[in-house]
Amino acid sequence: MTRPIPLLLILIAIAFPLSLLTGRVWLDFGVTPNAALILAELRLPRSALALVIGAGLGAAGAAMQGYLRNPLADPGLFGIAPMAALGAVASFWFGYSASAWLLPLFALIGAGAGMALLALIAGRTGGIALFTLAGLMIASLAGTLTSLAISMAPNAFAMSEIVTWLMGALTDRSWREIWIAAPLTLAGIVCLLMTGRGLDALTLGDAAARSLGMRPGILQAWLIAGVGLTVGSGVAVAGIVGFVGLIVPHLVRPFTDRRPSQLILPSALAGALLVLVADSVVRILPLVTELRLGIALSLIGAPFFLWLLLRMRRGLL
Amino acid sequence: MTQLTVQSLTIGKRLCDVDVQIEPGHITAICGPNGAGKSTLLTALAGLLVPDSGQVSLDGTNIAAMHPRTRAQKIGYLPQAGEVAWDVAVRSLVALGRMPHGDTAAEPVERAMAALDLEPLADRPISKLSGGEKARALLARVLAGEPQWILADEPLAALDIGHQLTLLRHLRLVAEDGAGVVLVLHDLSLAMNHADHVVVLDKGRLIASGSSEVALSTDMIAQVWDVQGRWLGKLGARALITH
Repeated sequence: MTRPIPLLLILIAIAFPLSLLTGRVWLDFGVTPNAALILAELRLPRSALALVIGAGLGAAGAAMQGYLRNPLADPGLFGIAPMAALGAVASFWFGYSASAWLLPLFALIGAGAGMALLALIAGRTGGIALFTLAGLMIASLAGTLTSLAISMAPNAFAMSEIVTWLMGALTDRSWREIWIAAPLTLAGIVCLLMTGRGLDALTLGDAAARSLGMRPGILQAWLIAGVGLTVGSGVAVAGIVGFVGLIVPHLVRPFTDRRPSQLILPSALAGALLVLVADSVVRILPLVTELRLGIALSLIGAPFFLWLLLRMRRGLL
Repeated sequence: MTQLTVQSLTIGKRLCDVDVQIEPGHITAICGPNGAGKSTLLTALAGLLVPDSGQVSLDGTNIAAMHPRTRAQKIGYLPQAGEVAWDVAVRSLVALGRMPHGDTAAEPVERAMAALDLEPLADRPISKLSGGEKARALLARVLAGEPQWILADEPLAALDIGHQLTLLRHLRLVAEDGAGVVLVLHDLSLAMNHADHVVVLDKGRLIASGSSEVALSTDMIAQVWDVQGRWLGKLGARALITH
């Protein structure tokens, strides 16, 4: 059932041009000086990047929730995002952040290391509990090492750079970031779509899923690759943007037939829309400095998570 | 002829050197006290456990060596928990049974739903079903795959007596069609009256395997369950009276 897909495509088609016009300066081609330049070099890559990152996070969240059979799961649980962040922080620490390619490269290496660790620890048995615990430990380790890097930053400037970057934002991104993130995210979403049938089977529990021919190790491999590519490339170009993967599948699920396979693509589109809208909103908030996208989404996401917990306690989920 | 054969199967401390042969076209019940290894044997028959030694073979082929998908086409397995993580509609749930065939063929799905009177509930989400309706939907999921073997762990536990009999009648039809049906059953009267073949386990060991009259004789019940009792009534409608 793909009912929400046309609606989401229409909403993106409406929101995208609006986001191009939105910002500190409302683009008016007759009036705004350098309007074409602002559009082509600033607004267009930024909005396109919002779509790419949101799509990756939404799809990863939908697949994670399907895999863990838990509506509160988030792509961050696997430790891939914190590992990517650690990689990026390392590039700041060593002073490579000025290079346009090294920062995302370091982040991708971090994400890759996270994926490899996860596969190494949990991959052989394919057990879900072990996998989740391994992910949590990797996340915890990466978080600790990131804190260590911050506390031992070579200078105050590096420290401030790291802290600001970690908050996640799409400010001043260029086409270069699109060329890095878009192909990787697309490949990641394809990997996540490959998990669809296995995730559907998992609806019936681990044993019943295996009795239907689901192969846990192969499912896990597609999932690690998919989450690693989408989340890793997202963190590489935008820092940590949390809660999208948690919120989006919830918003979309009631419009699907609730099978995990049917949720991945609509969640990708809804994630793209959410990040696009959120990033447009932070641009026009009347604040002295622009609110970081990562903070804005956490401000929405954390209360949403608490609301979900309350609903879950009342047995509504 | 397709046959499920268990040879010297040992799995941890749960099953110890078990040898059983299970014939298609019959209803086989696996009985035993709590912790006897019933569910372990059923899971092993489904090819979902790696034995420490021995093997389970289907038509002479070790099921551990079969491709998971081939195995899934031949053996349908219904676990005890009856877990359904997402609130899918009955039809979507039943259609999951087609997964091993890689299709979503409507016909077997509709047939399985019709067999268990689920058509009026086809579009209803699982959370809106009663315990009995859910158990029927889960069994229909197995039937939709049209497997040669149906292995079900306590499929009657959540059902009232009416639905228990409906389900058993249906499983009998499936067996008469040539499929093998293996059920873990706690209720010895149900096993006595409805199973053609009963396998009795205790503490991981095979105690008896044979017709229900032999395997569930009062002596056997006294030995394995430590319960004194006697059977009343005729075969097919017996009741166990305990002292």
